Amino acid sequence: MMSLFDKFQSLSDARHALIQTEPSPIGTRIDEILSSTEGRVDGRSVILAGTNNYLGLTFDRDCIAAAHDALDREGTGTTGSRMANGSYASHTRLEEELAHFFARPSAVVFSTGYVANLGLIGTLAGTDDVIVLDADCHASIYDACRLTGADIIRFRHNDASDLEKRLRRLGERTTNALIVVEGIYSMLGDQAPLREIAAVKRRHGGYLLVDEAHSLGVLGAHGRGLAEAEGVEADVDFVVGTFSKSLGAIGGFATSHHPQLDMIRYASRPYIFTASSSPATIASVRTALQIVDSRGELRQRLWANAERLYHGLSRLGFELGPEPGPVVATLLGSPQQGVAFWHGLLDHGVYVNLVLPPATPGGRALLRISVSAAHDTTQIDQIIAAFAALKPMLDHHEQE
Amino acid sequence: MVHLERLAPPDSNLRPDIDLVSELGLDSVKVMDLMLDAEDEFNISVPLNVLADIRTPNQLAQAINKLLESR
Repeated sequence: MMSLFDKFQSLSDARHALIQTEPSPIGTRIDEILSSTEGRVDGRSVILAGTNNYLGLTFDRDCIAAAHDALDREGTGTTGSRMANGSYASHTRLEEELAHFFARPSAVVFSTGYVANLGLIGTLAGTDDVIVLDADCHASIYDACRLTGADIIRFRHNDASDLEKRLRRLGERTTNALIVVEGIYSMLGDQAPLREIAAVKRRHGGYLLVDEAHSLGVLGAHGRGLAEAEGVEADVDFVVGTFSKSLGAIGGFATSHHPQLDMIRYASRPYIFTASSSPATIASVRTALQIVDSRGELRQRLWANAERLYHGLSRLGFELGPEPGPVVATLLGSPQQGVAFWHGLLDHGVYVNLVLPPATPGGRALLRISVSAAHDTTQIDQIIAAFAALKPMLDHHEQE
Repeated sequence: MVHLERLAPPDSNLRPDIDLVSELGLDSVKVMDLMLDAEDEFNISVPLNVLADIRTPNQLAQAINKLLESR
């Protein structure tokens, strides 16, 4: 007899073949969070270098105070959807502040970044439309595409000429084509060639959506992301982002220069049929957004740390993603090697993310280090020293 | 088939009705990458939603033919 669970057996077997002991690199239990860069895992003090906490704001005093205040005044949760009883004044104010920050007429707040992609992409495109997305886009974008009924076409990662070829094939259908790319890609930390992509869009038409999840607060003079840094904000029709990385909380948003954006509220099921963010979350995000705008030194510190780490590991001979950034990816060989190296790093007091195929490009294991403005140079050097100490593990493997 | 030979494990017995996933062991990402090459060869775009119904090289060929005819 087949059971509902049979289809998961191969996943369970694959996991068991790789990982039999705790702590596990998949779903690691972090026993204690001591600060935005320190924690305890399996009894060991570790530097947290796998958290997406790019500006280190999770422990910012002002963000915490704002969250405390909202918690005391408005309670623990809204207990309802934005469409029903879950739109407090603070949700609306955050939307106004986001719109002002991005210099666009309006913004919509969603309950997570994942839901923001489902809620915008999944609602914007319909049966007769086309979505043309970068092949390395995040799972939330792929999942959103599945909701649409539109034709979904991939182009080769970061290849503007491949995008152009695919738009050319579409002919007049580009009128209702949605091009989807990311500011910084979450696995290798590389940036989209957005100026070239924007030029392709100008030549062929269509709408351009940029997911700035990993680039908000990180790129651009004001922290608005890659579109700001590349000077192409006017070509970007939609920006989607998350509150769970540089803004240090949870939630997501969409903003656009099209005034019709507000209309999606009435059609977007991921907006309508889920509860809204808690007042404390919204309050900390509003404060964090002000910090992104006013404290450019955090961005400078983040980039100084990212450069130090990237070049330090590069000098040691590690194979890295194509460019320095808040995500520094180290490419390893087999999944087994990845697991062994991850444990080695933990023994040296460093926590990073292990990513295994098929979530990685090229079927290789990848160690994903995320850098924070809150790391001090001593911590960055400790991470580099841990990688240096473990390097013979890889060299030995290569000789075999 | 040429593109498939590059992605399939060495010494695979490639047949028109081989199941790309369950028999050949290609993961979904590899199947999608196979499509990028096939699309270039025939100068077409095969939407991912069409790909969901394709299990064998034969079915892929039929889908490509259909797209070529509808141009």
